[in-house]
Amino acid sequence: MYNSLTNRRSFIKKMAVVSAMTAAAAMFPGIVFAEEQERNMPKGDDIDWKKGPCRFCGVGCGILVGVKEGKAVAVKGDPLCSVNKGLLCVKGYHQIMCIESKDRLTHALVKKNGKYVQTPISEALDLVANKMTETIEKHGKDSVAMYTSGQSTIPEGYVASKFMKGAIGTNNLDCNARLCMASAVTGFLTTFGADEPMGCYEDIDYADYFITWGNNMAEMHPVLFSRMLEQKNRRGAKIIDFATRTTRSSMASDRSILFEPQTDLAVANAICYEIVNNGWVNKSFVENHCNFNKGLTNMGYGLEDKYKFKDKPTKISFEDYKVFLEDYSPEKVAKYSKVSVKDIKYLAAIYGDPNKKVVSYWCMGMNQHTRGTWINNLVYNIHLLTGKISQPGNGPFSLTGQPSACGTAREVGTFTHKLPKGVVTNEKHRRKAAKIWKVPYERIPSKPTYHATEMFRAVDRGDIKFIWTQATNPLVSLPKTSRYRPAMQKDSCFVVVSDVFPTPTSDVADVILPATWHIEKSGLYGNSERRTQHWDKMVEGPGETTDDAWMFIEVAKRMGFGDLFPYSKENHVEEIYNEYRQFHEGKKHGMAPLEVLKKESGAIWPYVDGKSTQWRFNAEYDPACDNGKDFHFYGKPDGKAVIWQRPYEPAPEVPDNEYPFWLNTGRVIEHWHTGSMTRRIPVLHKAMPHAYVEFHPEDATKLNIRNGEKVKVISRRGSCILPASINERGLPTKGQVFVPFFDENMMINDVTLDAFCPISKEPDYKKCAVKVEKV
Amino acid sequence: MPIKSYLAYPQEGKKSELRDALIAIGVSEVIPAENKDLLIVVTDTETQFEDENIKEKIEIIKVLKLLTLVSGFNTPKN
Repeated sequence: MYNSLTNRRSFIKKMAVVSAMTAAAAMFPGIVFAEEQERNMPKGDDIDWKKGPCRFCGVGCGILVGVKEGKAVAVKGDPLCSVNKGLLCVKGYHQIMCIESKDRLTHALVKKNGKYVQTPISEALDLVANKMTETIEKHGKDSVAMYTSGQSTIPEGYVASKFMKGAIGTNNLDCNARLCMASAVTGFLTTFGADEPMGCYEDIDYADYFITWGNNMAEMHPVLFSRMLEQKNRRGAKIIDFATRTTRSSMASDRSILFEPQTDLAVANAICYEIVNNGWVNKSFVENHCNFNKGLTNMGYGLEDKYKFKDKPTKISFEDYKVFLEDYSPEKVAKYSKVSVKDIKYLAAIYGDPNKKVVSYWCMGMNQHTRGTWINNLVYNIHLLTGKISQPGNGPFSLTGQPSACGTAREVGTFTHKLPKGVVTNEKHRRKAAKIWKVPYERIPSKPTYHATEMFRAVDRGDIKFIWTQATNPLVSLPKTSRYRPAMQKDSCFVVVSDVFPTPTSDVADVILPATWHIEKSGLYGNSERRTQHWDKMVEGPGETTDDAWMFIEVAKRMGFGDLFPYSKENHVEEIYNEYRQFHEGKKHGMAPLEVLKKESGAIWPYVDGKSTQWRFNAEYDPACDNGKDFHFYGKPDGKAVIWQRPYEPAPEVPDNEYPFWLNTGRVIEHWHTGSMTRRIPVLHKAMPHAYVEFHPEDATKLNIRNGEKVKVISRRGSCILPASINERGLPTKGQVFVPFFDENMMINDVTLDAFCPISKEPDYKKCAVKVEKV
Repeated sequence: MPIKSYLAYPQEGKKSELRDALIAIGVSEVIPAENKDLLIVVTDTETQFEDENIKEKIEIIKVLKLLTLVSGFNTPKN
């Protein structure tokens, strides 16, 4: 892609330096700002720099893409974007390299007699529409399903929702954000009645302590971690890493505290025990702004097909809550959490000190958890008891993994139970959607159908006979792929896959639709801090690649729903966004107008009177607060947040004599999710060419396993062979192994368990039992 | 014709010795990172063999604690 540059080799050398400088900045103190990147960038007046958000992860860094002669030739951090202030991580710098990958999907492919045949896109879309219509006629509207993504743009998610729920009339729509964010959503909704964090990234500039809960930010959110490190160096802010594995984040933190998997529930309660019993409760805050509830317990783990659960909240008193906490004294919890009494008291004292500002960060460690909703509730409890919330430098903050997990999956609502405003079970919300969509109210079903895991179980059972996946790779990312890969190969289900690159999911498709990559189309994303970001198309996609939103519209038209999708090909992004904005009008969720988003590097909703709202629920910053008090949790009818009584319950599968190790899975800095993009970026692929299994050195010695030797990781569901890694990237605790999931050639999700949180339905990828054998 | 960049971590207090040793080997560039505890190293070689050879030479430097590959390109000369 750099052929047009006169001194290609010199340029590449400079890129190599930039990569290393960025890696250094991302992992350790020191930040490489835009001015420093600039020195290493190709120069010339003929390079046009276009603004947009990064495609990788949910931080939402602003990027500037250098376009020359119609080609993307370089990327740099946008110094005007408040998210990253010019900084990018190694993935961000190199992202555009994947789009010219040799195996890019450039034309539609239709499977004929077992072989893929290149087919004109219009013909392929005819086939998809006909197959969908035929399936609905034969088996009913709930026999077709769509599975989308937190990488789908806001217009794409909106059109998908309108198409499935408003046009066809089925709630068979879910997305891969179910696998990463659903517990955060249910946590926010149960505690505050309103989704998404109340604070913003600017909290980093004010906090005295950052406490990360099972969150390796140095590798997963390196730009934010660098901002934290800057505050650590500049003004002595402290980072406390609370995790089950020693990582780069632990090494760069002031203190690393390790806990036994699943016992974060108990430790969070122990912190609350200390806060209550040491008189650290912010009494006026709790009296004015909080209620106490308990819910059902022993909910199960969703391991069986068609599992159902509905929580029943009951009000309790502060005294009841205090009695409940008696089971969670530091002395009792230390016995099974493997966190010392001293460390529990240390954590509690930080939260309990009224003169210290504290932000808690988490991502998959708390969300991918069979009690994910509970642990989210429990961390909110800590902040509510101490009144450390909704203020600069004080608050709980759930980070996201995908660029529009918030903007698309959560706000547009590409979940089975959601609508762009509210939920399908609420008549008022259905009526609002029907009015904006101009469809009969009765067409939108009132009952949710399949969440992600259950959707693929339904494919396996033969209940779903047509599925269309978009911008996602479930046959690498689902838990227990050993069940769902054969399920998707069954003749009983017609599979359509829209993607940019071939993946193990497209390998089982009947029709493969070639999608444009994000800079090849216009779009909007919404990041972790409620920031909506717009970009204009920067370059043309190759061949017959098409925007996902436009493919949905074309299929909808072919199915006879053209009147519901009256958008023009040239301006559909703008037209769709303007229609979508109507759902969120008002002070609680108003979205910025497109003309503002075109000029600025995003705006944070609620966007009211030309201004972003950085701290929700705080009357000083949030114009939606109207109860006359300093705080107003207006997501709840009485304006009060809920402190939940949630107990510790064990994981569904724990190590035993036969399967003696915990298996933990996750990511590495070089690769993003299933690696379908980052493994096509030579710099990143060479830096981390394959997955591995990490051991604690003592476990490795006992098993006589040396670095690099092949090891088979086996669970009750499947197995995976990987090279051993000892004392390299990360260090698991004794009795635990860790495997990153980016490598489609080493399918660790064949081994994982498809248990999920009964409330959020988000699977737990962090805990199951395995044994290991030297190969 | 590989170009590679690495992060090189010195043994405690041995950063300048590590820098000198890297320069003596003849790597293309040695740049101190903003963080004072590591160096950025770029190698630019003619062949895969030379590339492996220089990496081996770096790895046996006594004051080197850890060498991490960040990026690698294989590209023709100008």
